[in-house]
Amino acid sequence: MGMTISEKILAAHAGVEEVQAGDLINAKVDVVLSNDITGPVAIQEFRKLGVEKVFDKEKVVIIPDHFAPAKDIKSAEQCKVIRDFAREQDLTHYYEVGQMGIEHCLLPEKGIVAPGDLVIGADSHTTTYGALGAFATGVGSTDVAAAMATGEVWLRVPETIKVVLKGKPQNPWVVGKDVILSLIGRIGVDGALYQAMEFAGEGLKYLSMDSRFTIANMAIEAGAKNAIMAFDELTRDYVVGRVHKPYVYYHSDPDAYYVQEIEMDLGSLKPQVAFPHLPSNTRDIDQVGDVAIDQVVIGSCTNGRMEDMRTAAKVLKGRKVHPYIRLIVIPGTQEIYQKCIKEGIVDTVIEAGGVFSTPTCGPCLGGYMGILAKGERAVTTTNRNFVGRMGHPESEVYLASPAIAAASAIKGKICSPENL
Amino acid sequence: MTKYIGKVWLVGDDIDTDLIIAARYLNDASEENMKKHCLEDVIPNFIDKVQKGDILVAGKNFGCGSSREHAPFAIKAAGISCVVAKSFARIFYRNAINIGLPIVIAPEAVEGISTGDNIEVDVKQGFIYNSTTGQEFETETFPPFIQEIIEAGNLLNYVRNRVKSDG
Ligand code: SF4
Repeated sequence: MGMTISEKILAAHAGVEEVQAGDLINAKVDVVLSNDITGPVAIQEFRKLGVEKVFDKEKVVIIPDHFAPAKDIKSAEQCKVIRDFAREQDLTHYYEVGQMGIEHCLLPEKGIVAPGDLVIGADSHTTTYGALGAFATGVGSTDVAAAMATGEVWLRVPETIKVVLKGKPQNPWVVGKDVILSLIGRIGVDGALYQAMEFAGEGLKYLSMDSRFTIANMAIEAGAKNAIMAFDELTRDYVVGRVHKPYVYYHSDPDAYYVQEIEMDLGSLKPQVAFPHLPSNTRDIDQVGDVAIDQVVIGSCTNGRMEDMRTAAKVLKGRKVHPYIRLIVIPGTQEIYQKCIKEGIVDTVIEAGGVFSTPTCGPCLGGYMGILAKGERAVTTTNRNFVGRMGHPESEVYLASPAIAAASAIKGKICSPENL
Repeated sequence: MTKYIGKVWLVGDDIDTDLIIAARYLNDASEENMKKHCLEDVIPNFIDKVQKGDILVAGKNFGCGSSREHAPFAIKAAGISCVVAKSFARIFYRNAINIGLPIVIAPEAVEGISTGDNIEVDVKQGFIYNSTTGQEFETETFPPFIQEIIEAGNLLNYVRNRVKSDG
């Protein structure tokens, strides 16, 4: 029987001809990622193994992004643990404040992940790299510790759900965020539990790489093990000049097995908003009603890329943020930050009355740089609206695209740019 | 150990990792800090009420959200001996196995258990006995490879044994 892209990548990395859903394999990894929260735990566990050196200093990647630039003394200590380890192990891909960005924006940008790679990361949004045609999945710190020592990880080969995207978006503001929110709304936060989510269909070609990263990023919000998209012209254009290692790309066989097929029509899709407290709690923008807000955050590994910054600026240009609203814009990486300066996006945000920050996860996980007080509401382009995610347990987070978030900042309540 | 007997704490569906241990506490991964804030937004003052050996019983998709190993670690640190759920989010499932927190998938059993019940969970034989209600349920058991990790105590012991035998 044929295999899916996910199965082909796993087979290649397990050194076998064929794998099937349900098989438990030991596979070789191309990238092992951790950050300033999960890295220190992984390093502590790595030490217990009594191994001196990581298996490959090119393949172990650690990024300080969650509470960095360090927000307090304890965060500084955690950053120091990973910094010291990176120096001791002479890691090629450690990025200090000043070069770092939010990990899932940074790794593709630096060409660290290539199509066909097997990536594990002690961060659930590691699924992002599926947009490049890599098998990328989130694991825990202990997995990372074991993989840093051995270069291997145990995995259960997942079943694959095929999501067939049809048609072309008709609403000018519809982007990847709306595709994935709408899908999660349909199948639920455990709708793809333990499974691979393969995005296919002719609709894919209308989605930019940045939109595809957003979609793959939030596959975990439906419980998926990984997201995957076949390599095409757009992928090629993206990796040229970034990826300098040889890579192999795969396509699913016509007779590959899928547990489920879901069709999505992009033509009728409207901008989506996920209400508290689950990403599956979605509504079409015209069904939102009157929701007054206090804060807007545009950024994160979901929507902190160039296209997101440009869209936000397009909406904000020549307008003013509502006087009661705090708008915080955070580019995903230094490269994006610099482009925002050159393209005048930083000026646009500041003239509109917003804050433009250095790259960091910050408010996305309720870390710092925009925490919500009791009873406050935020519209954000991040990926989770769990209870207390952005601050007080009685605050509320509404998830949306950069266009909706920027428009809401101007209006003071949730709305589409069409209603400005 | 493959058998756990204890008093039940029941929680609902989709309990995410932010509810288990909120990100605001992750700048200090110490056992003391993790324990102190475990499940505090779900069961107020949980840490003052829970007793060593108690069993956590949950609905579907327990542990969804982030990859933080701090979540199963906090539960273990709080003294919980074992977690039973209708289903687990996958990274939580791996993490629990990897750090040696026993977990059991048992959708039917969860329906027949309430907070305060005394239950007996046998991970190896695959059954749960509710001594408060007298009901008994079958549960899933782990595939052999995962059983090996569990028997080694955690993933690190398992890897250490392998690294050693490779010379
Ligand atoms: S931006 Fe948010 S979701 Fe993404 S890695 Fe950072 S904390 Fe996690």
